[in-house]
Amino acid sequence: MSETYHVETIETVETPETFAFTAENRKRAEAVIAKYPAGRQRSAVMPLLDLAQRQAGWLSRDAMDCVAGMLGMPPIKVYEVATFYTMYNLKPVGRLHVQICTNISCWLRGAPEIVRAAKDVLGVAFGETTADGAATLSEVECLGACANAPVMQVNDDLYEDLTYDTAKAVLEALLKGEAPPFGSQTGRRGSCPCKGATTLKELAGEHAAAESAPAPKAKTAKSAKAGKETS
Amino acid sequence: MPKLTIDGLEVEVPAGTSVLQAAEELGIEIPRFCYHPRLPVAANCRMCLVEIEKVPKPVASCAQPVGEGMVVKTNSPAALQARKNVMELLLINHPLDCPICDQGGECDLQDQAVAYGKDKGRYIEEKRAVTEKYLGPLIKTAMTRCIHCTRCVRFLTEIAGVPELGMVNRGEHAEITTYVERALTSELSGNIVDLCPVGALTSKPYAFTARPWELKKTESIDVLDAVGSNIRIDTRGNQVMRVLPRLHEDVNEEWLGDKSRAAIDGLAKRRLDTPYVRRDGQLRPATWAEAFAAIEAGLSGLKGAEIAAIAGDLADAESMFALKLLMQALGSPNLDCRQDGAALDPKVSASWRFNTGIAGIEQADALLIVGSNPRIEAPVLNARIRKRVLKGGFKVATVGVKTDLTYAAQHLGDGVEAFQAVVDGENPFFDVLKTAERPMIVLGMGALARADGARILGAARHLAEKAGLVKDGWNGFNVLHTAAARVGGLEIGFVPGKGGLDTRGILKAAAAGKVKAVWLLGADQLPTNPLDSAFVIYQGHHGDVGAQVADVILPGAAYTEKDGTYVNTEGRVQRAQRAVFPPGEAREDWKILRAASEVLGHVLPFDSLDALRDALAAAVPAFATPDAAAPGAWGDFGEAGALDAALGPLGSAVSNYYMTDPISRASPTMAACTLEIIEAGNARTGTHG
Repeated sequence: MSETYHVETIETVETPETFAFTAENRKRAEAVIAKYPAGRQRSAVMPLLDLAQRQAGWLSRDAMDCVAGMLGMPPIKVYEVATFYTMYNLKPVGRLHVQICTNISCWLRGAPEIVRAAKDVLGVAFGETTADGAATLSEVECLGACANAPVMQVNDDLYEDLTYDTAKAVLEALLKGEAPPFGSQTGRRGSCPCKGATTLKELAGEHAAAESAPAPKAKTAKSAKAGKETS
Repeated sequence: MPKLTIDGLEVEVPAGTSVLQAAEELGIEIPRFCYHPRLPVAANCRMCLVEIEKVPKPVASCAQPVGEGMVVKTNSPAALQARKNVMELLLINHPLDCPICDQGGECDLQDQAVAYGKDKGRYIEEKRAVTEKYLGPLIKTAMTRCIHCTRCVRFLTEIAGVPELGMVNRGEHAEITTYVERALTSELSGNIVDLCPVGALTSKPYAFTARPWELKKTESIDVLDAVGSNIRIDTRGNQVMRVLPRLHEDVNEEWLGDKSRAAIDGLAKRRLDTPYVRRDGQLRPATWAEAFAAIEAGLSGLKGAEIAAIAGDLADAESMFALKLLMQALGSPNLDCRQDGAALDPKVSASWRFNTGIAGIEQADALLIVGSNPRIEAPVLNARIRKRVLKGGFKVATVGVKTDLTYAAQHLGDGVEAFQAVVDGENPFFDVLKTAERPMIVLGMGALARADGARILGAARHLAEKAGLVKDGWNGFNVLHTAAARVGGLEIGFVPGKGGLDTRGILKAAAAGKVKAVWLLGADQLPTNPLDSAFVIYQGHHGDVGAQVADVILPGAAYTEKDGTYVNTEGRVQRAQRAVFPPGEAREDWKILRAASEVLGHVLPFDSLDALRDALAAAVPAFATPDAAAPGAWGDFGEAGALDAALGPLGSAVSNYYMTDPISRASPTMAACTLEIIEAGNARTGTHG
């Protein structure tokens, strides 16, 4: 028999500030609520929590109570939702929220290496924020991009097909305030097999071009926008 | 109706029945933790797995509706193996602390582990422990023991209507919690202790005091509100250790209010355990003989009209009947069982009963509540109203101070004007009542105990007749009492005789010196200043308000210490049974009255409780048939006249649920509830409602 055990505790962060939606976000929240039929406003709980998180950067209890009040829900039912999903931050996070999937697909494709890269760059463990508040490292469940595993999400952007080196490069660039291209870091498109497309040949030319010129697609990082929109 | 075979037996049940329920019809019990017949189905414990032919995997029988031709095996090797596997998973993180767990001996998990558990654990990885949660003064937690059946969450959400408990996080990290670490504010919260199939939630006041197999169990009736909940009193030696609800579908189902459950520590505090006689302005302990001699001296030479008696809220019917006979023998017409001055008409039985019946609420389709807050006056009855509300097609409106009743109710107004508007048909809710098939009104003591109570009663009767609340096979006129003794007293006729005074009259006459002696049978809820100059005999069990003004104290028995009859708000006659003996020199109340009658020279005509009950049944036939509730006879009651808006808004007769009577006022647990639930709640601000 094992003598070891871990203790589950619920950490809550107390804040003196009270939460209220900005006039603009309030309008957005009302638009979300209006999507649901009368009496079913509770369905809006997830988008509203997301909106509150985008505004404040994280979900304080006060923010959850505010959402509960707007939807006529008992606060505990909002806490249940907010604690269920790893996407809701119940503690303040840094400017960059680095979330690494360690579920099976990513794990098989080398997630531990990505974790090591992140820890090397940020110098913090899971659940911690760097001393300067620049970044928070989190272990999360499936990010829904298994075909391009291993995957890391920073704020709203997914970085796929990572290796130790590319993960490190991405994080270092982000910390410098640059906007490294998101998506597949090997330039893979359409989640095609890593040795080249076997179907959807019209895309193959593009794929070949991408391979010959590894500089990825001309997308700009959304995260910078998303991060600032709220602060 | 689908027909199916369970363990080789054929059964036909209505469509929508679950396999588990169908098996129960056949007397086959399938083990379960999360399933409870009164709660919504969660199907998360997986203990009720069964094998169903042509279904590849074991099926949770609590959530599987029956199908035509289904062949179910509840005890096949596959089903047993599946349950053993579930049990092994449940026990991975469950501590082996049964010897120090209060649930030990009455634990579903313990019992079922005997049937389905392995003798050894195979789990060698790290286990999980969970921090304790604060749920208030009544519930103790040991959350490592929790198996996440969510019965407590479902009870508070669905039945109690106070959703304060939830399951946060997920998977391995899931926890049952309020999240905010505040006391549960439901008046029914103690029921989650009964519902918890393991020792995660146990009773805080009862913690570590007794083992279930040491307890003597006595079936009895609760008297701390007027619902007459059926209870089981568990005692060890001469001490009441705990009170649990007992099933009665027509009264309390299987629930019990927190006060009725947890005020019992008040039974051991502030007790009157010896007679007292006032000498030189001081109450001094005395013998029974001295006390009776003092009564004889105090009453000698007094005319009948100068003597009065008032019965309190916890009095049993037998002692009220005995006191009534004694007062009649002494020639006194001044007696009253309505110590709050409620304007209940003693002549018409329909005017004081909950005629619809508690179970009858489920048939109603519209409800008007006037001057009552059933949530704190009768929480179990309020849960029945909520149950009806959740079924839909039920309109509820209230007149009185607005409160959270745990269900949606239209608030028509605070004062009597709003009620008058309904009576006059000016408020649209009149039409709701009028067009409803089975409308009902609930009148509370908050309305009837006012100075214009008789006129409110009259207006309510007028409304009942005008809006068709009383018709063939339906009586929608209801009075919700707050005192367990009240209906019994009215049935017995413990009310002013010809030319007699009621409570208000007695107090006024006592202040004026016209009533010179007053016998208080456990009456503690009245202003005692007017009694200062009168000779006061207090017969009761707690040193509360009444005892302080007494000249002679006769120590009586509390409801757990005597065989007594109580009539609940419906008019249901129920028998409480003695679980322990009264402390010290205290005696059963009817015996005290019988002994006093002998000293006073008017011997009461019974020497045993049976003889007293026979005499009572002969005088009031209702007492001959226990556990029957029927609507009272309709008649003319109440007074006509304008209601007095100057008396202010209609409130509830109860201001603090946890302290309503001498027992709960003496209870440290109820004091803790007052502090941690009510006062902490008052301090809350903002959006927490």
